[in-house]
Amino acid sequence: MAQDETAPLVRIRGLRFARGERVIFDGVDLDIRRGGITAIMGPSGTGKTTLLKLIGGQLRPQAGSIEVDGLDVHRLSRDKLFELRKRMGLLFQSGALLTDLNVFENVAFPLREHTRLPESMIRDLVLMKLEAVGLRGARALMPSELSGGMARRVALARAIALDPMMVMYDEPFTGQDPISMGVLVKLIRRLNDALSLTSIVVSHDVQETAAIADYIYLLSGGKVVAHGSPEELGRADSAWAQQFMQGLPDGPVPFHYPAADYATDLLAGDEGDKA
Amino acid sequence: MILDWLQSLGQRALSFFQRLGRGHITLYYLLISIPSVLMRPRLLLQQVYSVGVLTLLIILVSGLFVGMVLGLQGYNTLARFGAEQALGTAVALTLVREMAPVVTALLFAGRAGSALTAEIGLMKATEQLSGMEMMAVDPNKRVLAPRFLAGVIAMPLLAAIFAAVGVMGGYFVGVGLLGVDEGAFWSQMQANVDLRDDVFNGIIKSMVFGVVAVWIAIYEGQDATPTSEGVSRATTRTVVHTSLAVLGLNFILTALMFGE
Ligand SMILES: Nc1ncnc2c1ncn2[C@@H]1O[C@H](COP(=O)(O)OP(=O)(O)OP(=O)(O)O)[C@@H](O)[C@H]1O
Ligand SMILES: [Mg+2]
Repeated sequence: MAQDETAPLVRIRGLRFARGERVIFDGVDLDIRRGGITAIMGPSGTGKTTLLKLIGGQLRPQAGSIEVDGLDVHRLSRDKLFELRKRMGLLFQSGALLTDLNVFENVAFPLREHTRLPESMIRDLVLMKLEAVGLRGARALMPSELSGGMARRVALARAIALDPMMVMYDEPFTGQDPISMGVLVKLIRRLNDALSLTSIVVSHDVQETAAIADYIYLLSGGKVVAHGSPEELGRADSAWAQQFMQGLPDGPVPFHYPAADYATDLLAGDEGDKA
Repeated sequence: MILDWLQSLGQRALSFFQRLGRGHITLYYLLISIPSVLMRPRLLLQQVYSVGVLTLLIILVSGLFVGMVLGLQGYNTLARFGAEQALGTAVALTLVREMAPVVTALLFAGRAGSALTAEIGLMKATEQLSGMEMMAVDPNKRVLAPRFLAGVIAMPLLAAIFAAVGVMGGYFVGVGLLGVDEGAFWSQMQANVDLRDDVFNGIIKSMVFGVVAVWIAIYEGQDATPTSEGVSRATTRTVVHTSLAVLGLNFILTALMFGE
């Protein structure tokens, strides 16, 4: 596949996705540039995780298309989709480590499944990845013996084990202390630049994300409400951007899950729930 | 009223057929993944071992007690007709044809089947299965099919162990306690238990039960609502459905195999 180097790696057009009645995306257009770090931000529950799963081909949109490296993810055969996934890493919000394998084997898992490398090479690769996330010493621990933040770092090491062309990080900073947060921020930047990866970072940490992202998309209410480089968004007079970048409680970005009017709801008593 | 009732009936029927359909899709994926399991015998052996370890002890103990009870009851009945020499035959036939395949399958459902459902349900709830998919590893091939095949292989082995221990139990009680002639016990058994008609059919039964038991266990695990409550309900369903399916199928198989 001779792909135009300047074409975006991920191209999303007219994406529409609903879970039952609830529409999560309604006409989203989004481009992820090659070689850059693109941040996707938005209030909790807007569908950031859902978006990553759509890109990874785990969920199917009702309308619209998602192309990764020129391939329409949802038109690929299962085998082709799996080939594509070998070139994408996804760091799950929950970590999703395999609980019957220890830390070392978890990171080695994709290598063992997809390569025929000799044991000594696998060992070196795994230790390198673990060293990068600061957990080389924890290689013998089982996932149940890790803290949430540690589990996420192991999952990160696993996501980059196969040196993919693109890594999607779902909330990599959650549960990290300031030191490991700083290390992770630098790690994501360094991986991106040294291996010429493309990175998608989903995060709520505005400062950290703005510091490493080349481009930011703000999602809310099923739409892209603002996008641009961190500087552009910081300067933008869009109320959406201002509110989110500065973390203000009042503004157009909703804090609440869609609901009936508060006062009506309280006054309705039990009747409200039956309706 | 009647409309409501009809509607709920229709809904139940619909969800029943939906589950049946999904169950068959699960089975289809399990079956087409079997070749790739055979390419990785280590994964398979691990699973056979872990299923075996889970169930072996309980099979040994139950087999012994069931055999002992068969020895007692068989002796009481046969002695009335002066036919206590036939005790060996009676115990062995009951075990090989019915008790070993059925009781093994029921114990398997309670021990290994429920564990399998809980394991898979939790793997789903903690996103381990979708994590694998995102790493381009097919959970059907890596996780589910090895467990499926292991159960299908383990079941006849466990049933054979059950039968062997049961015969020993019947021997202790009949020959050891009640004074049946030892030579008659064994020689009658040898003369009257047919390899093809009895042993072979018993093995086929337990292979069928093996397929059904692991299929249900895996399906329920995969279909579980990914919460602790959902997993616990799925576990219960595995045991209930497997037991009913095994008992029902056993009647059909017995009628086909041993009915004239
Ligand atoms: N399995 C599911 N079934 C039904 N609805 C779901 C499911 N998973 C998520 N949702 C709904 O989809 C919406 C988007 O969820 P998603 O997990 O993508 O949010 P998010 O933006 O990642 O939030 P957060 O920042 O809290 O992780 C939520 O409103 C949620 O209620
Ligand atoms: Mg999320």
